[in-house]
Amino acid sequence: MRIDWIAKANHLLQTLAFCLAAAAIQFAFRPERPYEIALVYSLAIGSSIWFLIDFGRSLFASSSRSGWPQGHGAWLLPLASVAFGYLAGTAAGDAWFGWSSWSGVGLQTLPASLLITALAGSAASYYFYTRTQSSYLAARAAEAGEQAMQARLKMLETQLEPHMLFNTLANLQALIDTDPARAHVMLDHLIAYLRATLGASRANTHSLQAEFDRLRDYLELMAIRMGKRMSFELQLPPALATQPVPTLLLQPLVENAIRHGLEPKVQGGSVTVRALRSDAALTLEVADTGVGLTRPENANDGFGLAHVRERLATRYGDAARLTIAPGPDSGVVVRIHLPLHD
Amino acid sequence: MPSALIAEDEPLLAQALRKALTQAWPELEIVASVGDGDAAVSQTLLLRPDVLFLDIRMPARSGIEAAADIADQWDADAHGTRFPALVFITAYEQYALQAFEAHAIDYLLKPLQPERLRKTVERLRALLTQSEPACASGTPAQRNGPAIEQAVDHLRRLLAGAAEPVPAAEPLTVLQASVGNVIHIVALDEVLTLEAADKYVRVLTAQHEYLIRTPLREILPRLDPQVFWQVHRAQVVRARAIDTVTRDEVGKLWLQLHGRPERIAVSRLYAQRFKAM
Repeated sequence: MRIDWIAKANHLLQTLAFCLAAAAIQFAFRPERPYEIALVYSLAIGSSIWFLIDFGRSLFASSSRSGWPQGHGAWLLPLASVAFGYLAGTAAGDAWFGWSSWSGVGLQTLPASLLITALAGSAASYYFYTRTQSSYLAARAAEAGEQAMQARLKMLETQLEPHMLFNTLANLQALIDTDPARAHVMLDHLIAYLRATLGASRANTHSLQAEFDRLRDYLELMAIRMGKRMSFELQLPPALATQPVPTLLLQPLVENAIRHGLEPKVQGGSVTVRALRSDAALTLEVADTGVGLTRPENANDGFGLAHVRERLATRYGDAARLTIAPGPDSGVVVRIHLPLHD
Repeated sequence: MPSALIAEDEPLLAQALRKALTQAWPELEIVASVGDGDAAVSQTLLLRPDVLFLDIRMPARSGIEAAADIADQWDADAHGTRFPALVFITAYEQYALQAFEAHAIDYLLKPLQPERLRKTVERLRALLTQSEPACASGTPAQRNGPAIEQAVDHLRRLLAGAAEPVPAAEPLTVLQASVGNVIHIVALDEVLTLEAADKYVRVLTAQHEYLIRTPLREILPRLDPQVFWQVHRAQVVRARAIDTVTRDEVGKLWLQLHGRPERIAVSRLYAQRFKAM
């Protein structure tokens, strides 16, 4: 374990301050005893205990995460350190003054100093324990926050692909002079698409109707761009329109269908998105008539697909399934099976 | 009158470019507007325009690949018209833009900016007028030589740069080719050349020819590039199997393999490998 010398020095200084306070309190209670005695013993014992705990915790493998040992070590360490620290500190103090605390006059003060050490030792140990725990937890929280932010940025990046955006704008620009009415409609779709894409990271679920509306926005934009090369169809039975689904769950599938299925094919093809009820399950299907699965193992790759699987797993666990299969004539059919909501 | 070919798969954008060019360059004749990379190659070789406007992302072949193929097959005829000036069009291709600038290849961004297009048109006009008197003499190869070589060089680097990182693939030792109900296990050591043809790859050994279905681009990463040299986008040849390399009158390289009668053409893009030591 790395030694953070600054932190150790910090702890030592705090310990010494604590010892000074303890010595002062002792002197206040027993002013007939010279202050020097209380001071020396307090500092000696205190720093011995500190030394044993602060360096001793590095010896435990389980303290490598939070800085404090887990399990039995959590209380064994301070207990042993207080005991041995007391002995070592007392021996040091004895050496300083040239007498022995273990015999004669010294023995009288033993119980008192033992008690004080035990109390002070426990208090200090607890204080340091909570300090290390809270700084560890704070670090973890910051890390988690950072990761969540990265994940959001990544999702935004993939959802709002610059290529898609600029090509769409270029088409819009072309339409403005030649067909202003159509340009208007296209702009409406673009605005809805952007709102959905940028806002999707906040909302969690929406109705299947809303999902299909968002898909329609995207597909309309692509249809204008690809012209005769693309046609699409959305089939949503009214009875299923209110079923809740994660927002933009199907978006990556539709994007894949176009990008990998239709775009490479010179004559293009069609995309069909359907929702149907099968027994007690809801089946969502995205089918294309594109180039198909060039390699079966590829079918499981791709950030979009992995993302969809992840979302399904997080939300539904084993209750949801995603299957990929070749289409009836050409292309690919991706099916998601979800539990039906009542 | 200068001529141009537009290769853009999104119909509205092709129209928009055509319209913008009519305004910026009225004398320019748009001889064809195609929607995919294959058509771009075939139409360019047929019509021989002076300028090519190539969208990068197109079905069948990308704009860069199409340009490379055109450069490769250019001097087939004896008229020797000048290799077209290239302008690539893209909505957003961060690395390609840097590469284009580095090699002084012109590009246009979508959505089109009229001012930018004007500048490109100026450059093209200057390019076309300046080259005519200077190149009136010489054979087609000489006339086209330097220009094509340069274009090819730039395109090769673009292609290499644009190549997606291939995941580490395990090396091949045998190929499995099916003939009817039988699968032949062909030791890679016996393979002289692999050539992509249509949906298949032709595998030639000294005595036999086999067909396999795996695309060449999937096999390539699993071959040792020191052993198998790529001579063409669609063909690799075992270096040791090459007997001679001959240059013909128009400057094209041809390979002769030990023990096989056919000659194999070497594409310009890969010709630099065959130099005397």
